[in-house]
Amino acid sequence: MKVAIAVFPGSNCDRDTLHVLRNVVKTDADLLWHREPDLDRYDAVILPGGFSYGDYLRAGVIGAFSPILKQVREMAREGKPVLGICNGFQILVESGLLPGALMTNLSLKFICKWTTVKVESSRTTFTGLFEEGALLNMPVAHQQGRFFIDEKELKRLVDNDQIVFSYSDAAGRKSEEANPNGSLANIAGICNREGNVVGLMPHPERASEPILSPFQSQDGLLIFRSMLNHLKNA
Amino acid sequence: MPVLNKYTVNVAIENKPSIRDPEGETILRDLMIKNGVTQVRKVRTAKLLELEVEAKDEAQAKTITEKMCSDLRIFNPVVSLCKITVTGEAK
Repeated sequence: MKVAIAVFPGSNCDRDTLHVLRNVVKTDADLLWHREPDLDRYDAVILPGGFSYGDYLRAGVIGAFSPILKQVREMAREGKPVLGICNGFQILVESGLLPGALMTNLSLKFICKWTTVKVESSRTTFTGLFEEGALLNMPVAHQQGRFFIDEKELKRLVDNDQIVFSYSDAAGRKSEEANPNGSLANIAGICNREGNVVGLMPHPERASEPILSPFQSQDGLLIFRSMLNHLKNA
Repeated sequence: MPVLNKYTVNVAIENKPSIRDPEGETILRDLMIKNGVTQVRKVRTAKLLELEVEAKDEAQAKTITEKMCSDLRIFNPVVSLCKITVTGEAK
């Protein structure tokens, strides 16, 4: 099993993700420059966090037109696992692989903090090993993470079980206080209808080793392990 | 071959009216109202791209820009709209 991590000019979580996959999860993984894509040899692809193209025009939009996205689309269509973390989520939304939009935070500030994230659906390729309702400690670090979608489309997301993660308090309530950026319905992550393409604003790769977390959180690990588990059983 | 002219085309990208614009709200609340400007009731911010477009006339410059804005997602149709204005021949 081999996982590709796409690298764009301005990606800055690519190596963290590589480290977690290789040294913590212990699976085969490579960094792949976005202009020289060769995804045929890979079973899954991760679009990492960062600031591709300096977030010019809108976070993720220029990356969405880069050569590697053609192959990412192909993998998504074939049902292979595709994960977008933070800027990767923004790229997936801008490419139309996931619905909605990620807008500037209501506070207008760059927000870098630990959040509590509730698992809303365990049917996806990246959440199969979680119990629904599980609460995870994962940090966010973004300025354009306010998820928005119109009412009709929101209903479709709910009806199709496409809301995967939401910001919640320690009791699992999706309160306004627990919502760091003003996302509609506290949405922190969503998937496509099939559940093989997932995007989330929080950073699981920064919550994969106890030493990096004030809560000794390794909650993000299960996202990567769910992906491998899915590939093993596929 | 028709002679091509250069036109200045402004593309203003703004949030749809139903979408909140926290930057505009902050400018109104913290800059204008707090400094005593009470006549301004609403502020909406936008991003402006000023283009020079080669075309045979203004209408074609506008059509080229409209298609490009939609094909390259210059604006995000989920939350934004863009207003395209040809302001005249580029100098």
